[in-house]
Amino acid sequence: MQTRKATSFSYLDQWRRWAPLAVLIALCILIGLFNPNFLSTGNFIRLLNSAAIPVVLCMGATFIILMGSIDLSVEGIVALTAVIASLLVANDITAYKLGLFAVPVAMAIGGLMGLVNGVVHVKLKTPSFMTTLGIGFAGLGIATAILGGLTVRIADPTFRYLSLGRVFGIPMAVWIALAAFLVALTIQQRTRIGAWIYAIGTDEVTARFAGIPVEKTRILVFALAGLFYGLGGVLAAAQFGQGHALIAQGRLFTTITAVVVGGTALSGGVGSVVNSIIGVFIVVVLANGMVLMGIEPYVQQGVQGLLIIAAVALALDRSRLSVVK
Amino acid sequence: MNAPSSIPALEVRGVSKSFPGVKALDNVSFTIKRNEVVGLIGENGAGKTSLLKVLNGIYQPDEGELLVDGRPVKLASPRQAFDTGIAMVFQEQTILPSLTVAQNIFLGREEEFLRFGLVSKARMNEAAAVELKKVHLDIHPGTACVKLSFADRQMVEIAKALSLDSRITGNITILLDEPTSVLERKEVELLFAIIADLKKRASIAFISHRLDEVLAVSDRVYVMRDGKVVKEFDGKDVTEKDMHQHMVGRQLHTEYYREARQTACSDKVLIEARNLSKAGAFRNVSFALRAGEVLGIAGVIGSGREDLARCLAGHTKSDTGTLEVNGQRARFASVPQATAQGVGLVPAERKVEGLVAQFSVAENMTLAALPKFVAKGLLNFGAETAQAKSWIDRLKIKTPSPHAMTGGLSGGNQQKVVLAKWRIAGVKVLILDHPTRGIDVGAKEDVYELVRDMTSEGLAVILLGDTLEEVIGLSSRILVMRDGEVTASFEAPPGGKPTQIDLVQHMV
Repeated sequence: MQTRKATSFSYLDQWRRWAPLAVLIALCILIGLFNPNFLSTGNFIRLLNSAAIPVVLCMGATFIILMGSIDLSVEGIVALTAVIASLLVANDITAYKLGLFAVPVAMAIGGLMGLVNGVVHVKLKTPSFMTTLGIGFAGLGIATAILGGLTVRIADPTFRYLSLGRVFGIPMAVWIALAAFLVALTIQQRTRIGAWIYAIGTDEVTARFAGIPVEKTRILVFALAGLFYGLGGVLAAAQFGQGHALIAQGRLFTTITAVVVGGTALSGGVGSVVNSIIGVFIVVVLANGMVLMGIEPYVQQGVQGLLIIAAVALALDRSRLSVVK
Repeated sequence: MNAPSSIPALEVRGVSKSFPGVKALDNVSFTIKRNEVVGLIGENGAGKTSLLKVLNGIYQPDEGELLVDGRPVKLASPRQAFDTGIAMVFQEQTILPSLTVAQNIFLGREEEFLRFGLVSKARMNEAAAVELKKVHLDIHPGTACVKLSFADRQMVEIAKALSLDSRITGNITILLDEPTSVLERKEVELLFAIIADLKKRASIAFISHRLDEVLAVSDRVYVMRDGKVVKEFDGKDVTEKDMHQHMVGRQLHTEYYREARQTACSDKVLIEARNLSKAGAFRNVSFALRAGEVLGIAGVIGSGREDLARCLAGHTKSDTGTLEVNGQRARFASVPQATAQGVGLVPAERKVEGLVAQFSVAENMTLAALPKFVAKGLLNFGAETAQAKSWIDRLKIKTPSPHAMTGGLSGGNQQKVVLAKWRIAGVKVLILDHPTRGIDVGAKEDVYELVRDMTSEGLAVILLGDTLEEVIGLSSRILVMRDGEVTASFEAPPGGKPTQIDLVQHMV
């Protein structure tokens, strides 16, 4: 019988695949050399804790980017869901005391916002870039309007336990992020939607020919991302013990940076939620390291900005790219 | 094995399909009987692929009807076609590199492996292994397709279509649109063996540009031209020559390469190269190109002839050596410089490098010579259109209007637009890199005619031909290159042409 063997991956492809992990390890070693405190257990838990919310947000954003779309509504949805969650638990403004029931409500609102993203994007055929930017601002606007610019303080210890409580010495937020990751991984690896996301991101026409309900999948994935952002909003409210419209400031940039730095291609079809976990840790470790090294916050922001450009520049295969828009 | 039945497995009755400006299918009737292999041939743009796309539910016909097993059906999507028992192997591959082999084979049909909403990868891989075995592909179904060669991906594509076999109980029809173009000889033979085996259970439609392949596998052959079925051959008593004739609708004559029109070249040297070298590409290349001459360059891939062509047209720079254009030293640092000196390149990758598919025919034609159409800083559309119109007539370009999108034209007509572009730019030397690749016989002859037109007007052509036969037929002089060096030079006057063997022995 005539048989054929698969041709092997090129070294370059191999390197691209492992580069994010190599960068993360190198960063840890470098920062550890500068400041041995970096490698302490206490700092490790601090790292995990600061990675928790970005991980949850990235799980949603990764799927969107894998489809070749982009989601800029992260901050708007996180802010709105954080504000709503804080108003639904015991607080100093409203009389609701839903306790943990506020969690599914906030997530549902996040999912609903995502659904709106998806429906508008698909039905009106507006680019995801513009759609989510608009919906995101709408979310911020609603959050600001609800509170009239004020801050709501949370007085529900059970709710705050979602972030601050510890199990086996590790903050609850970390466990929740881990659960979010496992759910996302299952969706990616074990469901039809998971395969369809890759198919749509690689070649939408082929996906359509294969009978994949492309529109429905897109809408569903945007809604799914909204659910994750809603969970992120809950965690943010629980962590800070308050809700206000600016609670999500800076989240969008961190999320997109982490996904891209992790190796998920902005062009779609390539990457994974595992990559995004590595990406989150690169961003978080770098931030933590810079704090340990006493670098000014504004410089830190600048470094993050350069990081995302470097990641995109490294990930692109320029030999096959003659035109850039 | 099903007994041959009088009811055809698939029948198309009077189907027409129009796209803006083009009638892709014109009242086409076509049948595939049970257990029959039907060959479908025709020039590019004749409507073969459009017909298969109608059968596969990608296009919905404007008129006419489709019958499967004698029952009228409407196929709204490829998925519906699949459920009806029709699968298609596409000319342009649809294997997604980011997914595994198994995921590709069952894309969109994962439901059979679902349990509690989750896909069982083990069961899916197992089922995929069965399909891979049919195409003798020894790879793990969990392999990501990015790791596969193009030929292997093609075999996966075929396996994907064959998965229909174990999933549909009734008759099945497999549509193959140029499945062999990326396959090696051994794989082509394997595919033929698969087709022969599949025939026991399925009906097959097969498109190929290689007529010998069509002859080898088909029980019946349809010839299409201009969106119509123009001839149906029954049995195997048909020759390639018969098929050619009906494809082009005119007798193939010995005057294929228009040798009678080969001009004696003048003494006027347009380009002279002395010891041109470029590291890793070519070394010490010298030649003089005279007005009215077709200089053919023969060589295998890696001989450096493509690099030389790109260098002459200003796409890359040479390391050492000199180039004289019209007796003056020239060194092209960019394409516009080369264009200004009267040198243009018609690249092999027409769709990527030669044309802007979204531009209109007129826009493409004037692209290299825009300054000529600018008056007081503004583009003169009237002059642009007029110029385009005159070239459309002159080159007999089939386009609904000068403003039609170039991407919608057939390959041969697109190539003519590229040629018109350089003529309008006023080049004196045109480098043709595989000018007839992927275009049909009729359009090829048109290109040859145009080459002769150019030389008789005093232009010179450097030709990197698609086949040796073409190089010999068209050229007045031939350089042979091997490993970056010129290994031989032949004069090729009409009646005194070198043979292919003469050239080949200097090529390898």
